[in-house]
Amino acid sequence: MIELVRQYWQNFLFTDGYRYSGLVITLWLLVASVGLGFLLAVPLAVARSSSNRFISGPIWLFTYVFRGTPLYVQLLVVYTGLYSLYFVHSHAALDAFFRSAMNCTLLAFALNECAYVTEIFAGTIKATPYGEIEAAQAYGMSKYKLYTRIILPSALRRALPNYSNEVILMLHATTLAFTATVPDILKVTRDVNSATYASFQAYSIAAVMYACIVFALVWAFRRMETRLLAFLKPQGH
Amino acid sequence: MFFHGYGPLLLAGTWETVKLAVLSLGASFLLGLGGAAAKLSRNRLLSQVGTLYTTLIRAVPDLVLMLLLFYGIQILLNNLTDSLGLDQIDIDPFVAGVITLGFIYGAYFTETFRGAFLAVPRGQLEAGYAYGMSSWRVFSRIMFPQMMRFAIPGIGNNWQVLVKATALVSIIGLADVVKASQDAGKSTLEFFFFTVTAGAIYLVITTVSNLVLVWLEKRYSAGVRRVAL
Repeated sequence: MIELVRQYWQNFLFTDGYRYSGLVITLWLLVASVGLGFLLAVPLAVARSSSNRFISGPIWLFTYVFRGTPLYVQLLVVYTGLYSLYFVHSHAALDAFFRSAMNCTLLAFALNECAYVTEIFAGTIKATPYGEIEAAQAYGMSKYKLYTRIILPSALRRALPNYSNEVILMLHATTLAFTATVPDILKVTRDVNSATYASFQAYSIAAVMYACIVFALVWAFRRMETRLLAFLKPQGH
Repeated sequence: MFFHGYGPLLLAGTWETVKLAVLSLGASFLLGLGGAAAKLSRNRLLSQVGTLYTTLIRAVPDLVLMLLLFYGIQILLNNLTDSLGLDQIDIDPFVAGVITLGFIYGAYFTETFRGAFLAVPRGQLEAGYAYGMSSWRVFSRIMFPQMMRFAIPGIGNNWQVLVKATALVSIIGLADVVKASQDAGKSTLEFFFFTVTAGAIYLVITTVSNLVLVWLEKRYSAGVRRVAL
């Protein structure tokens, strides 16, 4: 195992000599898909909690489909499925986009993440205490101000415990990127495995690396929760 | 033909997926009960082993664990057969899938059951003992039925995640519905159509299990009064 680490630590951490690989790619996949997912999910969650069925219905359908099918299948649809369609590979811009494995992977991951996060945020938006909204309305706040000042700051904070779980599940999901030839930690591991046949050792290194990232994430989110959710703590005397 | 003649292949793949999911559910259910009992036991060693199991398994991605166990078990088995002078035994991807998925999701079920066991009011168990029930009878008549009421939503979530995780087993070579769709796609070059079909099959499975879960929840919460708001 030490032999493997000595020989391949660069591949596992940041480069295979030609391009970025390993930990750097895994973290980039995580940050990009969680970031894109978040940006898309906030407006979608607001729309999802609308009482108008014609607005919330389509978004329900989107989250239902993306939460009801495996991410692996979604990735296959985006990576091999879409590219096999005539109008995709005959159109210059689409062809350029879907030719890149990284683009396809990020698209599939971001949409999947967005679907789960939309439901988490919509849940906490709906659970906003009614008194807070009434108070805001009594102050004469506009709808926009009501959302940006009252509902979203509190709803996004209350979503934090569930959101942190989702981010960790997204990290677990990034391991699928190797099926689309993206050189993340697991892809490096498989290459090391086929070069050395030291399967158990190679996969153990990957397991330890992922576990370390998870523990770092858990620690970071716990700190964020104590800071941002301080207003929900039971008050002492 | 509608599926270019690949209908039976897809159907066989779907059956394989369902079988895998149900068997792994059974394995992880039992492992979860055992794990929860270990974590809640007064024996320090047992509860620490339980904590180690749930923490480690839930920290490592399921795909990495699956590959680690799949190759790891094969190597262990090879060493064993070598030392006994037997022929090599190749692990069947289906068996490996059930073992690894059961082992991984057992950790999630452990946490679900632990929470549910703790949610049963202690007074009810004491009342059971006061009636002179044996500890098995207290478990099967009082603890288990009430624990299930608290565990059903968690079990439902785990099941939905487990069904979707079965798609990963095609990566270690099981001929499940994903593999069938990719094989059909390769020979007809209609990747999009067949992959979307596989997705639709998963959607049907999750939808049907949602309905079953709603029914189960109703059944196990018989006698619970809900406050109408």
